[in-house]
Amino acid sequence: MRYVDEFRDHEAAVRYIRQINRITTREWTIMEVCGGQTHAILKSGIDQLIPGKINLLHGPGCPVCVTAVELIDRAIAIASKENVIFCSFGDMLRVPGSSKDLISVRAEGGDIRTVYAPTDTIRIAYENPDREVVFFGIGFETTAPANATLVYQARQMNLKNLSILMAQVLIPPAMEAILSAPGNNVKGFLAAGHVCSVVGYDDYEHIVSKYNVPIVVTGFEPLDILQGIYMTIAQLEEGRAEVENQYRRAVRREGNITAQKIMGEVFNVVDRRWRGLGLIEKSGLALIHKYAEFDAEIRFGVEQLTAEESTECISGLILQGKKKPYDCPVFGSLCTPEYPLGATMVSSEGACAAYYRYRKEGTESIKQSGGKERP
Amino acid sequence: MSDNEYSGLSCPIPISEYPHVLLAHGGGGKLMHQLIEKIFTAAFANPMLETAHDGAVFKADSDRLAFTTDSYVVDPLFFPGGDIGKLAVDGTVNDLAMCGARPLYLSCGFIIEEGFSMDSLWKIALSMKQAADEAKVSIVTGDTKVVDKGRGHGLFINTAGIGSIGHDLTIAPSMVQPGDAVIVNGDIGRHGMAIMAHRESLSFETTIESDCAPLADTVMRLLDEDIEIHCLRDLTRGGLAASLVEIASVSGYRIAVEESKIPVVDQVRGACEILGFDPTYVANEGRMVIFVPKKEAEKALAVLRDQGLWPEAAIIGRVGDERTGIVTMKSLIGAERIVDMLSGEQLPRIC
Repeated sequence: MRYVDEFRDHEAAVRYIRQINRITTREWTIMEVCGGQTHAILKSGIDQLIPGKINLLHGPGCPVCVTAVELIDRAIAIASKENVIFCSFGDMLRVPGSSKDLISVRAEGGDIRTVYAPTDTIRIAYENPDREVVFFGIGFETTAPANATLVYQARQMNLKNLSILMAQVLIPPAMEAILSAPGNNVKGFLAAGHVCSVVGYDDYEHIVSKYNVPIVVTGFEPLDILQGIYMTIAQLEEGRAEVENQYRRAVRREGNITAQKIMGEVFNVVDRRWRGLGLIEKSGLALIHKYAEFDAEIRFGVEQLTAEESTECISGLILQGKKKPYDCPVFGSLCTPEYPLGATMVSSEGACAAYYRYRKEGTESIKQSGGKERP
Repeated sequence: MSDNEYSGLSCPIPISEYPHVLLAHGGGGKLMHQLIEKIFTAAFANPMLETAHDGAVFKADSDRLAFTTDSYVVDPLFFPGGDIGKLAVDGTVNDLAMCGARPLYLSCGFIIEEGFSMDSLWKIALSMKQAADEAKVSIVTGDTKVVDKGRGHGLFINTAGIGSIGHDLTIAPSMVQPGDAVIVNGDIGRHGMAIMAHRESLSFETTIESDCAPLADTVMRLLDEDIEIHCLRDLTRGGLAASLVEIASVSGYRIAVEESKIPVVDQVRGACEILGFDPTYVANEGRMVIFVPKKEAEKALAVLRDQGLWPEAAIIGRVGDERTGIVTMKSLIGAERIVDMLSGEQLPRIC
């Protein structure tokens, strides 16, 4: 299939791996930011094919994983109310809050619906004028334009029974939080290509100059990722730190201006709490005053609801790239996708779920790559 | 349903009289008898059903029989490439075929929601008849219940089936041996993506049609050619991946497959790419994996492909001699990974 097969080509992959091997002279730790990339790396086995000197850390780019427990609790509080239709992307339903998840609310009689596009909720709100319809607005810069469109259209249509629970987060502040954390050893980033297709990559210039790390805007196919790794390692080996764009077929420096306009119309930047990473300044999006009537937290009076994260789960350290899923004593035993203790095991983009799905213990390939994968 | 001898028939219960199923149609009185007679007996037409007895009485031609049952709750009831009726016949026929049995008779229980369209019921009954004819089985006994409006989802169907086993092979996951070839009879993922696209009103450039099909004839052909089948499994919910994981875990051996060998049509691949799905986990209704000794693999493939029966049939992997009971897949770029069962349904990628 065109635009897919050429980016998964075996021969080309072998050539890239050879090139990466050729230029890698010492150990480097680099982080792929996006959970989609983590998934692709483990599914295609890139981690097994690249030189052992390169340590790939898995970043915080999974929207389900980083949504704070208190926001899940607020979602549960709203979804449990009578007369509410709570709409969400499917993955969010199984993320544990403080005491339960949204799926259990559904089992208890809550009307919780999985939607594929935020604007699907407009139809639901339109068809159910007597009920309150709430959308769980999660995601990074990638979902922000569509979520902004939902709110914009709701106002245009004067829909009084629709609101959004804002959990929107931004990637560059999280990358800075990782780089400035004590004990950080990330030396380069594969930046999330789709995030950059929306907001461009100008924002990364100051990170590159402030922290002296290469950032390569990277796509999601195996060859994209291999090329991204090659470009990052080449910069590191040559002592350069620049923003480079591997994903040129989808990303322009300035990003998608139309998408940015609708985001600017509806959202402003606020501080936000991340699961596992804590409060990060200017890392979230909220509705601007003009659209405040669509804010579900205000409408349902849940903004005071707070919650502490469980201490059992090391997902925070995994999201910061300080630990790998195998480092967790309960990985694959007490914590599995069926009974997740933390968000990184729930979402298909979460690092623990990806390790569990593609790298369970006991296989030859894992034993062979054991030196690299396991401490 | 396609245009053929079945689609020309019109509903024998005058629509003007009862355009919708009433509670009384399940009440045991005249209306119920009229419904059974004019819809089900008329559509399924066979002597055993026409005796109107409490059950079907028959002789079997073998002392080894296979018996299975399945319930069908698919939403939507009509989808590109099939409907709940065809599914209810093919699904149970295929379960019998996976035991190496030749399907003989089916039973069929309908749970109908009050208000269900009589015309749709007729169409579904005709579709079942067509599927039964194609699979060479008869629907010989049945049951009809009507539930209050709001207590069903239009229509649920349960079918059970009996088949006879005319060979001495044991066809089961425990019979899988190291060295066995793993064959699929066609491209995977169509049924699940057809349902998904239809249910969620996702429109792609071309309509994906369900792969819903009877497999018994194919299995009989393989057996007639004396192919030593070790194991068969139809790839329904959970897709190819779930079936392989189940077989590996029962057999105790490692099953190694290659991603590049697994046939998936571009339409399905494209739809999966858009949603972030893995086609190996997508449901099928007319696909199976066949485990045969390596030396018989090419012959089996030739039987499958004969007369254009399953042109996409392919050998996708082999059984290793490691007693790990897991499934591994060689990725397109050449690395190996584990294939595991999903904990639930696949969910579309968020971003």
